[in-house]
Amino acid sequence: MSVLVVVECDKGEVKKSSLEVATYGAQLAAQLGTSATAIAVGEATDANLAKLGEQGISKVLYDKEPRLKDFVNNAYTKLIATAAQQEDAKVIVLANSNIGASVGSRLSIRLQASLATNVVELPKTDGGQFTVKRGAFSGKAFSDVVLSGERKIIAVKKNSIEAQHEAGKTAEVVAFAAQLTDADFADAPKQVVMQDQAGGVLLPEAALVVSGGRGMKGPENWNLIEDLAKALGAATACSKPVSDVDWRPHHEHVGQTGITVSPNLYIACGISGAIQHLAGVNSSKVIVVINKDPEAPFFKAADYGIVGDVFDVLPKLTAAVKALG
Amino acid sequence: MKFLVCISNVPDTTTKITFTPDNKEFNKAGVQFVINPWDEYALTRAIELKEANAGSTVTVINVGEADTEPNIRKALAIGADDAIRVNAAPKDAFFVAEQIAAVAKEGAYDVILMGKESIDYNGFQVHGMVGELLGIPTVAPAMKLDMSGNTATLEREIEGGKEIVSVNTPFVASCQQPMCEPRIPNMRGIMTARTKPLKVVPATAGDARTTVAEFALPPKKQGVKLIDADNAGELIKLLRNEAKVI
Repeated sequence: MSVLVVVECDKGEVKKSSLEVATYGAQLAAQLGTSATAIAVGEATDANLAKLGEQGISKVLYDKEPRLKDFVNNAYTKLIATAAQQEDAKVIVLANSNIGASVGSRLSIRLQASLATNVVELPKTDGGQFTVKRGAFSGKAFSDVVLSGERKIIAVKKNSIEAQHEAGKTAEVVAFAAQLTDADFADAPKQVVMQDQAGGVLLPEAALVVSGGRGMKGPENWNLIEDLAKALGAATACSKPVSDVDWRPHHEHVGQTGITVSPNLYIACGISGAIQHLAGVNSSKVIVVINKDPEAPFFKAADYGIVGDVFDVLPKLTAAVKALG
Repeated sequence: MKFLVCISNVPDTTTKITFTPDNKEFNKAGVQFVINPWDEYALTRAIELKEANAGSTVTVINVGEADTEPNIRKALAIGADDAIRVNAAPKDAFFVAEQIAAVAKEGAYDVILMGKESIDYNGFQVHGMVGELLGIPTVAPAMKLDMSGNTATLEREIEGGKEIVSVNTPFVASCQQPMCEPRIPNMRGIMTARTKPLKVVPATAGDARTTVAEFALPPKKQGVKLIDADNAGELIKLLRNEAKVI
């Protein structure tokens, strides 16, 4: 038996969330007294896959079928199921991403496995029970869930595990052929459209996020948000009212019905902090709120706050970050 | 075209979350329940597509006990034609998926829609389970859904972009914004909903594969540390030296 880790790659690089997943899988394998094997999906290079050794992965399986470059639900499911059978994997670990949730839920049926998504720490495995802690109620609670199936699938919440880097360790990259047929690619995407990423930082994966609300007064003022984000190397985000009036695109909207983020640092500028917004950000490790209204409810959820005008405060913060060098 | 829309009965988004004294269950006392906000996108889009394709029907399904019926009636008031309630407490995502798959198979639905996830258990699982149980494609999460005959064109959100996907019926899609503007019931809808069929069916056999051992609330925040606006740069120093996040 072994632990199988699903590693998502994009443009040759292993995604940050997958480095976290690889770390999680390797630590879990050590806990269970076995080894962690990875199966890579997406566009990868052998050199970058070998570097998964730094996260504690011993072997990486990679199917070079070119149609696997883009996400194809059926093909990915079959690929991973085939790898799980070959490796006799009792636990499969993947990212709680759109790909991970799509594939993980299908795999759980195909492999008759217990599935837990949104998992935030390593499982407790003593006493013959396998219990994972996961986020629930839109970040307002956690639940300990017992996985009773013989096989388990765990989708790890982004940014809840810190990726390890043990320099110099390499994984063996092994060619893998899942014998996929044309039928497996019937739901392949016709077209893939990538967004313009301001500063190149992907919001769902970002460790630092600068976010603006209606207090920014209009899209023409977003340079203040972008300047601070750029200085920090952060992604930009916005509240629902801002995306509703098209000041910013929908994919930047964080909140109950938008993207859920859990960065190390979330800086909210001119956002009052409605409960639906908090649901999307409340698992951030540190929250900073800048608002001219001292009664803004967001201050109750914040670690640091500045009561002041965003138009005055933001340039000062950007300058202070630049001064850090 | 036969649409099946899966709705979940969840605590209102403003609910303060508490648990029973043994921390094993959500404390429902005094809590207002609503249709899961993500499911409202699925419901409204199904109704829009029904209106655009004569002869189509929208059936709503909920796996729940009798206390979910007010929200099932609300879905009928918004514009669904009929409803099925599988009479069982939803044990876990797998159990719910089995119930939906059994109903979907019997009713030979063309399009099965649901929200991206429920805002209470945040599973994001049922869509793929139903698709796999029925052996049909799943597109999750979908931001756009158009139908032309038996072919659907969807936009699927991926991290950092979107995919344009075409699938033939039958298929499953889990929906999110900006798919449509969710509708609210009007007075005429509320009146007609009273007499629309709501069928209660027993659960098919099905075991849960996961059990909640305990719920817990996150640790309380220490309270906000305020920094003077005139000395805003001090915040950056604190973030580096105290919080150590930059």
